[in-house]
Amino acid sequence: MTNHWRDIQHADLVLINGGNPAEAHPVGFRWVIKAKINGAKLVHVDPRFTRTSAVSDVHLRTRTGTDVAFFGGLMNYVLSNNLYHRDYVEWATNAAFVVDDRYSFNDGMFNGFDAAKGQYDPTVWAYEKDATGHAKVDLNHPRSVLNLLRKHYSRYTPEMVERITGIPQAQFLQVAKMVGEMGRPDKVMTFVYAVGMTHHTTGVQGIRSGAMLQLLLGNIGKPGGGVNALRGHSNIQGNTDHAIVWEILPGYLKIPVPGQKTIADYLKASASTKARPDAVNFFGENYGSFIVSLLKAWYGPAATKANKFAFDYLPKPAGNSSWMTMFERSLAGKMDGLILSGYSATSVGPDSNKIIKALSSLKWLAVMDPLPTTGAEFWRAPDVNSADVQTEVFMLPATHWVEKEGSFVNSGRVVQWKDQVIPPEGQAMHDHWFAAELFHRIRVLYQQEGGKFPDPIRDLTMDYADPRKPTLDEVAQEINGRDLTTGKRLESFALLKDDGTTTSGNWIYTGHYPEAGNLALRRDGIQDPATNDPTGMGLYPKWAWCWPLNRRVLYNRASLDRFGRQYDPKRAILSWDATKKLWVGDVPDYPKAEPPGANAKPPFIMTGEGTGRLFTNSVVDGPFPEFYEPMESPVTNALHPTVQNNPAVFMYEGIKETLGTAADYPYIGTTYRLTEHEHFVTQHVEHLVQLQPEAFVEVPAALAKEKGIATGDHVRVSSKRGKVEVRAVVTKRLGGLQIDGKTIYHIGIPIHWGFVGINTGKHWVANALTPFVGDANTRTPEFKSFLVNIEKI
Amino acid sequence: MEITPGRSYGFFTDTSVCIGCKACEVACKTWNELPGPEPTFGDGYDNTGELGAQNWRHVQFHDNVKDDTLEAGMGTAWLMMSDVCKHCKNASCMEVCPTGALMRTEFDTVYVQPDVCNGCRNCTSACPYHVIQMDETNKVAQKCTLCYDRLQGSLEPACAKTCPTDSINFGPVDELREMAKQRVETLHSQGVTQAYLYGADDSIYGGLNAFFLLMDKPEVYKLPNQESSVLPSRNDAGGYLGSFGAAVAGIFAAVMALRLRRPREPEPATAAEPPAPTTTDEGGK
Repeated sequence: MTNHWRDIQHADLVLINGGNPAEAHPVGFRWVIKAKINGAKLVHVDPRFTRTSAVSDVHLRTRTGTDVAFFGGLMNYVLSNNLYHRDYVEWATNAAFVVDDRYSFNDGMFNGFDAAKGQYDPTVWAYEKDATGHAKVDLNHPRSVLNLLRKHYSRYTPEMVERITGIPQAQFLQVAKMVGEMGRPDKVMTFVYAVGMTHHTTGVQGIRSGAMLQLLLGNIGKPGGGVNALRGHSNIQGNTDHAIVWEILPGYLKIPVPGQKTIADYLKASASTKARPDAVNFFGENYGSFIVSLLKAWYGPAATKANKFAFDYLPKPAGNSSWMTMFERSLAGKMDGLILSGYSATSVGPDSNKIIKALSSLKWLAVMDPLPTTGAEFWRAPDVNSADVQTEVFMLPATHWVEKEGSFVNSGRVVQWKDQVIPPEGQAMHDHWFAAELFHRIRVLYQQEGGKFPDPIRDLTMDYADPRKPTLDEVAQEINGRDLTTGKRLESFALLKDDGTTTSGNWIYTGHYPEAGNLALRRDGIQDPATNDPTGMGLYPKWAWCWPLNRRVLYNRASLDRFGRQYDPKRAILSWDATKKLWVGDVPDYPKAEPPGANAKPPFIMTGEGTGRLFTNSVVDGPFPEFYEPMESPVTNALHPTVQNNPAVFMYEGIKETLGTAADYPYIGTTYRLTEHEHFVTQHVEHLVQLQPEAFVEVPAALAKEKGIATGDHVRVSSKRGKVEVRAVVTKRLGGLQIDGKTIYHIGIPIHWGFVGINTGKHWVANALTPFVGDANTRTPEFKSFLVNIEKI
Repeated sequence: MEITPGRSYGFFTDTSVCIGCKACEVACKTWNELPGPEPTFGDGYDNTGELGAQNWRHVQFHDNVKDDTLEAGMGTAWLMMSDVCKHCKNASCMEVCPTGALMRTEFDTVYVQPDVCNGCRNCTSACPYHVIQMDETNKVAQKCTLCYDRLQGSLEPACAKTCPTDSINFGPVDELREMAKQRVETLHSQGVTQAYLYGADDSIYGGLNAFFLLMDKPEVYKLPNQESSVLPSRNDAGGYLGSFGAAVAGIFAAVMALRLRRPREPEPATAAEPPAPTTTDEGGK
């Protein structure tokens, strides 16, 4: 989230698209309800009428996977009716930057596509340079970002939005009017989403299109505004921050790639440079300090100036190593073993039958989990003959989070330390102790037997009281980092250096555990709002700690104009104190003593432009989001029939053949969670199994009538990849959409059940149906949109 | 939170902000150590079914979603309501209990003393809300205690404590009534004119300590409406007379209805129609 949970209460309009927070985030949803009680309007855009829609002012029934068309339509409405926040757009975005003349967009394709590779070269999406080598700025230039944007989205008319999304024009325009009003400086909209946006082959661009709308409306940086991703588990935010994905290092630093021999090579390819002379470019300018401090944290004294701070020790993967690729390697016989930690591979999918085959191709599988999972017991899946599976499976009983202390990082980036509630049961051991023990034994083997390039393993720092049983408190201090000359823990990442005199395990967490102690433990909250909430805007700066630097609202300098005047004086979180010559209120997302004025530096200090980006080359599938159909769709792309799908989508070998067509699978399947369960783990919790005992699919009433299906009947839902045989729930909450004269139906498929848990043996895995394709940038699978058939059994 | 014996306590359940999460059901079962019934598939969203000896909170779902693409939910298309014992001022369960197991506590709530209950089941048939039921394991009547044990320790009831959207509010009844009145005013000013209070005054069984803000007619939530909610009472002559009068009127109306229907009876199509409303539906109690 750019903002935070409590901040949602300040919104005038809550736009929820690609999320169902009343069901998936019921606790945080209290802030949406608070906003509503304060008089905000709530708009829910979703294929299903959910428990979120039930308390909304407006529900727009849309077709899954068409978010770019919806947001594109809104941008077109806002631009063509001049409803955008002009002052904000001209100061805080790159609207006036001029794009160089290579740019083109024809019939669904941007310039720079290499058809043989199936990839774009994003470096061709660039700004025209001025005489000083910086980006040329001229708002009225025909190739200014704003003019290209207008042209690009002029095709997204209300008629086109209806043809693609199925939302009737009149309803779309009703919402567009509500959204358009949020471009007024004294109004604010929050855009709230979850995995309903990410689980698409156009996931990144969908979110980007929502973020661009927010930039046009001047709603980023303002309380009650922002782009707010609701994370699906209590610590998923911490998970990504600490790089539990392959393509980044902790703190969202890029993973090095082959050919980068020095830190300078790495920085050249990774760190942004100033596109404009007045850009602060804080991230780009400090990238070197962050990577060197990380190397010092990992390799300690072995990282020296002479050996490039052990840059050679970092892996430089030549290919994609994402989640799906991992299983591809196993299927190709290139992987012997796999360790799963907190990951129910089989249930999580996609195409769980393929994943079961991949797990069956391993020699061994080790699973660290507090409870049995479908990953650990994949050999018991329906339709699997256990005798055919030769994989040796080890269950390592890990502690549950109630059995250990540590931190959770919530969607609002707030790092909250929690205590151990009960001691570990039986032989259960912490995941990080398993990892430390494994590492210790491997290191001993390397020390005894040598090997190819043992250096990174030999030299890794394990500066804990007991290196085989590190405490999470020690790890938190290590993540925070130190000044090696004084030995003291640092208070800010601004103090990190690139000369090897500082350490930091994750620069965005530097300052959370200074010499004063672990700030994530702080609990100065609503027991005394007068003291604990100085701005009166619910920031509670001494409640735990928020990355970065305890800043509660990102880009907060953009809530004021260049002269330091509040865009919305009744919702102020930051102001310039002319006496102290400092920004006060929230921790400023800006140099703290940099004054406002006619020549104030632009407010997005992390980008090379200094502005929010309406045009970018930081994504692989186009500088502007464009609508493409999901890989399996019953509809032809109305904008460009010859370019049906995202051209930059990566297709694994043989996957094309596993995709079905509407002739065989005429309905759209979409998967989701229900309130009553938490992913797959609560199949072990009796009271929750009572609330939701059995797998089902939701079937539109009109379609059910056609097929003679009633609530409670057993049905078979199949895709080209697999099937589930479960109960039907017939409802008008799912309804037909009229798309180009055809009635299109969605089948709703909750994911929670498997063949492990209290009701063992009965249940099928929803992800048996989902396709093995993912977003062009992240390879997050397309769980939200695929083709199925349904029959009564 | 200070909870003072001698004051009336209860719940204000605001269904306009209920999101059907059922955290109240789970918190209730967890605190009160109710194992709950065998897991059974209901209709996908409501698998609890009804209030009972093992379900002291039950979230009702009423799906009125229309055929066409839907414009406005406004809290009426899919109703959710966390139902609970109403802790009636004129509590029929107390009236019929022969052993005095059902008592009114110092917090003005209705409580079953399990060690006094003889399992006669009078209360289970008397309760107009079908709240109180026999527990088949220990053979005593059970229902919401309004967390009597928590109140004694100045803790709010588990359901109210856990409710994420503050749909369930706990407090002194007079304060809750004031809060509820303001909430209705706010909703009306926001254009949600269908919102109203049920049981917040003495018109329903003399007043409900657990009252509701509803978004549709009481009958939709399986609640008796104002006309039906008069309790025959030992110490309430008005109640007897009222119900006698209602019964007479009901019988009269039923006879009239039958007479009126008679000419249409031969038509087979009428069998499929819903029964014509008569006063017996409302005045029979």
